[in-house]
Amino acid sequence: MNHSKPLRTLLAAIAGLAAAGATLAAPSATPVDLLVAYSAKAGAAPEPARGQRFFTASHGREWSCASCHGAVPNQGGKHAATGKSIAPLAPAFNPERLTDPAKTEKWFRRNCNDVVGRECTAAEKADVLSWLLTIKP
Amino acid sequence: MTPRPRCPSSLFARCVLACAAGIGLCPPASADGDSRAAKLPLLPSYKAEFAACHIAYPPGLLPAAAWQRLMTQLPHHFGTDASLDAATVASLSTWLTANAAQGRRASPPPAEDRITRSAWFMREHDEVPAATWKRASIKSASNCMACHAGADRGDFNEHNVRIPR
Repeated sequence: MNHSKPLRTLLAAIAGLAAAGATLAAPSATPVDLLVAYSAKAGAAPEPARGQRFFTASHGREWSCASCHGAVPNQGGKHAATGKSIAPLAPAFNPERLTDPAKTEKWFRRNCNDVVGRECTAAEKADVLSWLLTIKP
Repeated sequence: MTPRPRCPSSLFARCVLACAAGIGLCPPASADGDSRAAKLPLLPSYKAEFAACHIAYPPGLLPAAAWQRLMTQLPHHFGTDASLDAATVASLSTWLTANAAQGRRASPPPAEDRITRSAWFMREHDEVPAATWKRASIKSASNCMACHAGADRGDFNEHNVRIPR
């Protein structure tokens, strides 16, 4: 391809940024980063109380989020089907949580399908995240 | 905690007997086939993705056709959504197929593609009463770790079995 010089410079800059992003991939975000992103996508401010209700309520299916994570996920839970232990979900009790956007999205997708029967909306994710961030030692 | 009684009808014992009798049913490595199948080093991505809800079951515990079906049905995986991105599914599927059960371990094919419905699994556990599986400490036959504490390292040696109360 025969790009003009300014365009070539711009493409090189974008490639450089992408490479820098790739080296920072995986756990590069903070839970607050994720909350900001979900809130922006939802176009509304998150509500921790609504997140807590969503987390602990049944949504017409066998399990709630709390079935496996516990009503207040400041300690480990147990998988409702297999019994395997689950590490605490609240970031204040488990610094690895909610630091990898792809992993977070994967588990929201799977678990919302199990609990709600559909994917969660950005607003629902933001609400739950905002509540998880209020859980402190 | 009660040690499980030595099981006289273990696959290992039968295999050794069959070989000793010169029937030739067993390939040379079959005497330790159990541990060989279970001790295969697990692909890091397999461990990362498949040890989230249960242990990363050794690929040698299911035949290739069963793994392939499971991998195409991950969004409906025994009642839960275990979906993965297409690239991960493809690479793990290849690895599982290459290391799947063969021979006696693979036949007959297990019902519902469940390890716990395999003929060899049911034979190996035929002395465990139904009520034992239902104990709160065990919950399900898929919970290998309840009795095989080293299961996540591929250790299913029956001398290390402890059935919890």
